[in-house]
Amino acid sequence: MKISIIDYGAGNLPSVERALRTLGAETECVTIPERIASASALVLPGVGHFSAFVTGLRERNLTVALRDAIAGGIPILGICVGLQAMFAFSAEAPGEKGLDLIHENVEALPANVKSPHIGWNQLRRLRESVLLREIPEDAYFYFAHSYAAAAGEPHTTAACDHGFAFAAVVEKDNLMAVQFHPEKSGEVGSRVLRNFLEWAQ
Amino acid sequence: MTLARRIIPCLDVDAGRVVKGVEFTGLRDMGDPEELAARYNSEGADELILLDITASRDGRATFLETVSRVAQQLNIPFTAGGGIRHLEDGNSVLRAGADKVTVNTAAVARPELISELAAQFGSQAVVLSMDVKKTHAGWEVFVRGGAEASGRDAAAWAREGIARGAGEILLTSIDRDGTCSGFDCGLTAAIAAQVSVPVIASGGAKTFGDFLAVFGEGQADAALAASIFHTAEHSIEALKQYLAGRGVPVRLSR
Repeated sequence: MKISIIDYGAGNLPSVERALRTLGAETECVTIPERIASASALVLPGVGHFSAFVTGLRERNLTVALRDAIAGGIPILGICVGLQAMFAFSAEAPGEKGLDLIHENVEALPANVKSPHIGWNQLRRLRESVLLREIPEDAYFYFAHSYAAAAGEPHTTAACDHGFAFAAVVEKDNLMAVQFHPEKSGEVGSRVLRNFLEWAQ
Repeated sequence: MTLARRIIPCLDVDAGRVVKGVEFTGLRDMGDPEELAARYNSEGADELILLDITASRDGRATFLETVSRVAQQLNIPFTAGGGIRHLEDGNSVLRAGADKVTVNTAAVARPELISELAAQFGSQAVVLSMDVKKTHAGWEVFVRGGAEASGRDAAAWAREGIARGAGEILLTSIDRDGTCSGFDCGLTAAIAAQVSVPVIASGGAKTFGDFLAVFGEGQADAALAASIFHTAEHSIEALKQYLAGRGVPVRLSR
């Protein structure tokens, strides 16, 4: 199946592309709204600053297309800042609006833990998860972020603890997102991507 | 549920080959970067660091080529650096496939470099590498591959780097580097206690016990080594089994 990777101008797309191709998926990078509307499945990878991310989407006129595509049922996987962008606001850029598909906010990690949260951490399963199918409970995933959304909202299927319990995996109908980097998380990360591909098919 | 301590093999490369340096001088060929990267990726390395130790301007294209080839072998995080002087150098390395970039000498000369990289790529992509030596003044930062004293105190420089946006500290003990006498746990603990970001300890690794010590009394978040892995003297898998058996949280493959 063909996966359309959204290129908002600042992400590191090659590793996500490579990880998906290794699993047999065809990939294309999309930079225009029309291609989002016609995609069969989308991946929204994100690194860097929340503000650069949402501005990058807006300047390419991708924000509305993305919201419409998700509302229309196109499967989407958000990664890292791509997860955070699904929320309403982020403390990293208080003046900017997220996609607001999940009506909660993204907060800074508390000051009593090392930030950025960089490294391999485990998850706590909260609900049935499509993305984590067949993955051992004690598996480690690679995280690299300074902001996160609290795990309290009902679409969080797995949490991670670093200063507070935050949303590591979010699954709301066709909207899926992970705070960790599956493309950098070895074999288990590859399994997350495969689960997404199989489910999106 | 705990954040795992990371084991990070480091490839020092010169003209497309992995080399080993002894106390910052003298080089020996250790193999092909792609082959070593693929091996470490499958052996359970938590990350890979690639450093251009020539850092001459003419060697730049070769290095970027190596970064790109190594990136193809990995499904773990990948850091590259050496000779990063401008925002554009960092951009090239990240575009070639690295996830993070390290800065060292040029950041001491012009600390704004850290701020520029962090603003553009985020703190999680900027690693401040510092080579430190004990002098009469305390722990002092050295530049130009450890050859030149900078006059900066290690802890103060680490704090400034973090304030400017560095997301990790790669802390190398010049006194221990290449000596196989163990990590400098005193130095590592002194810096780790004073900073809010992860610290990667480097220099001097020889035995499994050295790693246990640096994660214990050294309070390191990650430990880097080169030659002991290149020579296959120790496998990363065996090291991690050893650490896990002694209560250190590590990521074991499968």
